[in-house]
Amino acid sequence: MFTTASTTPQKILQMFAAILLFAAVMGLILFIASRFTGKRDRAIAALYLLPTVLMLSVGLLYPGLRTIYQSFLDASLKSFVGFDNYTTILTDPEQLTVLRNTAFWVLLTPFVATGVGLVYAILVDKARMESFAKALIFLPMSISYVAAGVIWKFMYEFRPDQQNIQQIGLINQIIVWLGGKPQQLLIDSPLNTFLLIAVMIWIQAGFAMTVLSAAIKAIPDDIVEAARLDGVSPWGMFRFVTLPAIRPSVVVVLTTIAIGTLKVFDIVQTMTGGRFETSVIANEFYSQTFRSDNRGLGAALAVVLFVLVIPIVVYNIRQLRRSEA
Amino acid sequence: MPEALYDIGSGMFVQRGSSRSRIALAGALSAGLVFGLSACADGGDSETSTPGTSLAAIDCSPYKAFGDIKGKEVTIYTGIVTPEDTPHKESYKPFEQCTGAVIKYEGDKAFETQVLIRAEAGNPPDLAFVPQPGLLQRLVATGKALPAPAEVAANVDKDFGADWKAYGTVDGKFYAAPLGANVKSLVWYSPKEFADNGYTEPTTLAELKALTDKMVAAGKKPWCAGINSGEATGWPMTDWMEDFMLRLSGPETYDKWVKHEIPFNGPEATAALDAVGAYLKNDAYVNGGLGDVKSIASTTFQDAGLPILEGTCSLHRQASFYAANFTKGTKVAKDGDVYAFYLPGQDATTKPVLGGGEFVVAFTDRPEVKAFQTYLSSSVWANAKAKVSSGWVSANKGLDIANLKNPIDELSAKILQDPKAQFRFDGSDMMPAAVGSNAFWKQSTAWITGQDTKTTLDKIESAWPK
Repeated sequence: MFTTASTTPQKILQMFAAILLFAAVMGLILFIASRFTGKRDRAIAALYLLPTVLMLSVGLLYPGLRTIYQSFLDASLKSFVGFDNYTTILTDPEQLTVLRNTAFWVLLTPFVATGVGLVYAILVDKARMESFAKALIFLPMSISYVAAGVIWKFMYEFRPDQQNIQQIGLINQIIVWLGGKPQQLLIDSPLNTFLLIAVMIWIQAGFAMTVLSAAIKAIPDDIVEAARLDGVSPWGMFRFVTLPAIRPSVVVVLTTIAIGTLKVFDIVQTMTGGRFETSVIANEFYSQTFRSDNRGLGAALAVVLFVLVIPIVVYNIRQLRRSEA
Repeated sequence: MPEALYDIGSGMFVQRGSSRSRIALAGALSAGLVFGLSACADGGDSETSTPGTSLAAIDCSPYKAFGDIKGKEVTIYTGIVTPEDTPHKESYKPFEQCTGAVIKYEGDKAFETQVLIRAEAGNPPDLAFVPQPGLLQRLVATGKALPAPAEVAANVDKDFGADWKAYGTVDGKFYAAPLGANVKSLVWYSPKEFADNGYTEPTTLAELKALTDKMVAAGKKPWCAGINSGEATGWPMTDWMEDFMLRLSGPETYDKWVKHEIPFNGPEATAALDAVGAYLKNDAYVNGGLGDVKSIASTTFQDAGLPILEGTCSLHRQASFYAANFTKGTKVAKDGDVYAFYLPGQDATTKPVLGGGEFVVAFTDRPEVKAFQTYLSSSVWANAKAKVSSGWVSANKGLDIANLKNPIDELSAKILQDPKAQFRFDGSDMMPAAVGSNAFWKQSTAWITGQDTKTTLDKIESAWPK
């Protein structure tokens, strides 16, 4: 039953079994920990760390190391091919397109989304109906990437320029209203990649706005008052008061969106399936591993993704520490 | 290429088969959403009994030979999900009644990847329904699949052609008996338009060309096509090319091409793709009701044939399972709104047929499993299945066409059973995954959006695993 749950009741039962198991393990740890009360803090700390370490090594460390190992193997993971898979990623024209697209995504999304979120947060700050205005831009955040992809696929939908045929996509209808011809928005490269990026920005701007708005509100009033008394211009206020005060938040938002963007998969998969030169690393990793049966190359792509994410994560954590200190 | 069979009667459709067919569906928005919801509602092996014809009892003697298997369980794992699973379960009842064995059915849309994982992890089902010979080979390579029992082999020798047996054979050993089948060499048209204009079903490729030109002269854009299918975008184009490869160079050359005994980018393949281009890259011929040549890439395969109903398109090449895509209330019959004719061969004497199907492979050899495998490979089962389903055929020669319910199934069965028919399995389902479910699709898509034939074929050739 626990290996092949296929009906809903079975799955729910399975879920409860997992929760019970978790509770049992935690209970056991708490019980053992209670035996050591007050005597050896380190032992207790170690006990509490044990499940995390155990799960991280089973769920992250081991698969991670295995993926790195597999990235040096051939398509069927049978023989060693050295750096061939990495060479493919860096030389094959199709893989280069993937890298180029990923670069577009990572360079554009965080900055544009944060910029839009920041401007919006400042504009609506202390305005009338602030919470309503914020809700408007925050709503997309609550939609899954797949749903967002589906929605925007309709927005970009193309119908031919023929008699009796109506556009059903909003963007193309606007183009037609303005006197233009309907465009194959999702097919023409590299335009299509930017249109996909727009979807990500649409989602992430809400996140940026929320965090930055909270940071702006946390700026002590006396600083703002003092600046006002000194007769600072609105731009000066932004440049010399607001921005320095919320800098740690801006960095966290930028890096968080950057990490999310590097891993973007759902939007591309839903909207183009990576066709028409829109694939990104995470999507290419999936299609090479599971569809193309080229597991070595898939593993190498996963490693590349991992390597690209690391510096951002490190920077993110350092900034977090600094802002806490 | 999806080995999808559809429930035409209800207008619902569910795909079975290759992973692309599922992706195909997910990619198609409007249909995909509706389908997703309905499919989520029932994910698996509910034991609900369904209204339908209750089947007559069968002769149990072939299964008695396996001993007393009363109360024993056989597990099946397959990509065939609701609502198509219902007729399957229904068709097992005569076997369950006479032997007392219990069949546990598990349908999973992620079948193609999961079955490999389960086999490799040592947790395979008793039986799996495999929709691609290429996947069968990968399953055999795990070392967990078992050769078919002698009783199954005997049934297959009796009721199936040697070609079908060959698709279930890996390295000279027979593993998997054919289950269902579908026909891809079909061209959909409007019988009314044909009658009104005096068009007749072409019987040679030259006649097909002449018919097309006649339609163009009448101011029409005769053909409509669409290859968009999310991640699987491009597969309908590979079917087009395979059909023409089969027609222009013959089945033997086609086999060599599929097995890569001749290069993918040789003169035969070039001729085939150029022949497709003469239709699909010709602005005078496409894309009826859908736009220009490029719109073939953006139109979903589900939508591509619908302009026939609106009268803006006259011809659409797509498999038998396309029947379910027509809007509810559309009569699919020779005297109805839409019907199909066999995509003709070079001349009227040759009848190459492109198609697909699924195969039953076993991972255990307990008596009850062998007994059920034997039942599934028999013409008794094929006829029982035909009686309870709609939108289903088999290549089983013992299948009585009178048992089939709808006209397109009858047409498919007739094409499959035609003694002149030279059936060939969908080539991309047999090629290595790097080609068959990646480069071939991707490059076909690039080809229709402007890439030339040579570059396209060269790129696919270079993607072939060394």
